[in-house]
Amino acid sequence: MANTAKTKIKRSVGDHVIDTILIIVMIFLGIIMLYPMWYELVVSISEATQLIKQRGILLWPLGFDTTAYRLVFKYPQLLNGYKNTLIILGLGLAVNISMTCLGAYCLSRTQCKWHRFMTLFVLITMYFSGGLIPLYLTVRGVGLYNTIWSVIIPTAISTYNMIILRSAFSTIPESLVESVFIDGGGHWTVLFNIFIPLSLPAMAVQVLYYGVGHWNSWFNAFIYISDVKKQPVQLVLRKLLITGSNIDMGAETANIPNYEMMAKSMKAAMVIVTTVPILVIYPLLQKYFVGGMMIGSLKE
Amino acid sequence: MANKKNKVSFAKDMQKNYPVYVMFLPVLAFYLIFHYYPMAGIVMAFKNYKASLGIWASPWTTMHGFKHFYKFFTSAFFWRTIRNTTLLSLYQLIFGFPAPILLALMLTELRSNGFKRVMQTITYLPHFISTVVICGMLIEFCLTDGLFNQIGALFGAEAIPFLSRPQYFRTIYVGSGIWQQIGWNSIIYLAAIAGIDLQLYEAAELDGAGRFRKIWNITLPGIKSTIVVLLIMQIGRIMSIGHDKTLLLQTDGNLQTSEIISTYVYKQGLGANNDFSYSTAVNLFNSVINFTLVILANFISRKVSETSLF
Repeated sequence: MANTAKTKIKRSVGDHVIDTILIIVMIFLGIIMLYPMWYELVVSISEATQLIKQRGILLWPLGFDTTAYRLVFKYPQLLNGYKNTLIILGLGLAVNISMTCLGAYCLSRTQCKWHRFMTLFVLITMYFSGGLIPLYLTVRGVGLYNTIWSVIIPTAISTYNMIILRSAFSTIPESLVESVFIDGGGHWTVLFNIFIPLSLPAMAVQVLYYGVGHWNSWFNAFIYISDVKKQPVQLVLRKLLITGSNIDMGAETANIPNYEMMAKSMKAAMVIVTTVPILVIYPLLQKYFVGGMMIGSLKE
Repeated sequence: MANKKNKVSFAKDMQKNYPVYVMFLPVLAFYLIFHYYPMAGIVMAFKNYKASLGIWASPWTTMHGFKHFYKFFTSAFFWRTIRNTTLLSLYQLIFGFPAPILLALMLTELRSNGFKRVMQTITYLPHFISTVVICGMLIEFCLTDGLFNQIGALFGAEAIPFLSRPQYFRTIYVGSGIWQQIGWNSIIYLAAIAGIDLQLYEAAELDGAGRFRKIWNITLPGIKSTIVVLLIMQIGRIMSIGHDKTLLLQTDGNLQTSEIISTYVYKQGLGANNDFSYSTAVNLFNSVINFTLVILANFISRKVSETSLF
């Protein structure tokens, strides 16, 4: 990019051609990236009666109808699932971050006699695991089955994330640690007053990784939480979007005109309602993670 | 690792570093309960697990404990699941791996920084859509009156229920994967490109190098080590595709290509069959292969580029 100043003067015809092709390819790519979401939005606000008859590519809403959204927001399971997901996100992140910080700090203390043991103890689990059933029986055995803790505690630490945070901690000069000890502080002071404040971008990445993980996860809840009232929103979505269950509105059904035709727009409205919040938060986060991701990803 | 300070006596180390060990206790407990205890539970692959007896008291199987393995090796699902798992990974590798590199190269070539940033934001977006929603959208799109067939109809193609046909499963899986992850996976390459010394480009320009020359002779060699490490790591994971997305996209119609080892393990253990021991045996077989592949990949990676996971 630094060569722009120079090349601006002597850009050849060939250069212009390449630039134009590049821009066309990029715009095409952008359309592919955005169109599915646009399609969902269009379907969700189109009139169901027109949607049924529609053939060919949908570019603009057919009429305007917000019934699908009104129905989705009245659907009790979805809102309840949303609430559960927020609880899981909050509690989960608190557990994830505190445990990962503790672990990463311990692994960064190379002067400890047991450092090598701690590192190996943790790394082995990256290469070998008990597998689905033994873990399932363990979760049942410790009494987490059918509680929201079953999707929080067994995934408290991702070893990979912890190693990334350790790499970030390792870049902090040891002299700072020494100075805390000289001032009479201990390891806890080092962790809370030096390490965490000095690695905020890395911490932001941890929040992002774990957060996306919790948001995405459906399988653990699927096998561990059988009580519908405790299930996260992804499981509710799975039932409606994947297994094709009818969206049961109970007594409401009779009051909705063309209820049978609404399925498509209701599904689209659900996609929009559960995706837009993240797409809104994400640009705000972008500046943090792009910087922070580099710390762990490129090990030197 | 060979730290001289490690030679201090046990008592002295404890006296000085005990807060570190106190901090490690919850971490230790977590790994013991949710990683090491389940590892010990693998023994049930060699037993006939009975819920009333528990893992430890359940009786060993016949054939010196290898009955379940024999059952898997001789079942029709053995080659089918291995084939499906490797082919799915292989397609993902062949098409999914170069895509973000290509995107990163194109993004760097864009003249306008503003346009570049917009494109980055747009291509990162799908990463944040949840797997369930992506698969829900795919299912709708694949219907005979869905988006894919609407596009197909423009070109006069007949409507096909894509997800009920085994021959389309891999394309749908890999294609949607690229759509979702191309931007996100390009971040690491963009970072590597940003780390290349700009003087190299200036020198090349003075020598009269064109754009493709510069990409070929400077950019690509500059990110070679990143590419090699990521490639080797992905090859090491070739037999470990997870069940999250596959289970969601699986239909009775596409089972022939969509039944992979991890979905088979799930179905045998917790799905319809509830055969805990058999499922664990299949899982163990898979873990051993994965372990070997990852260790091998790590070893090669260290040889090739002096970079490794540990």
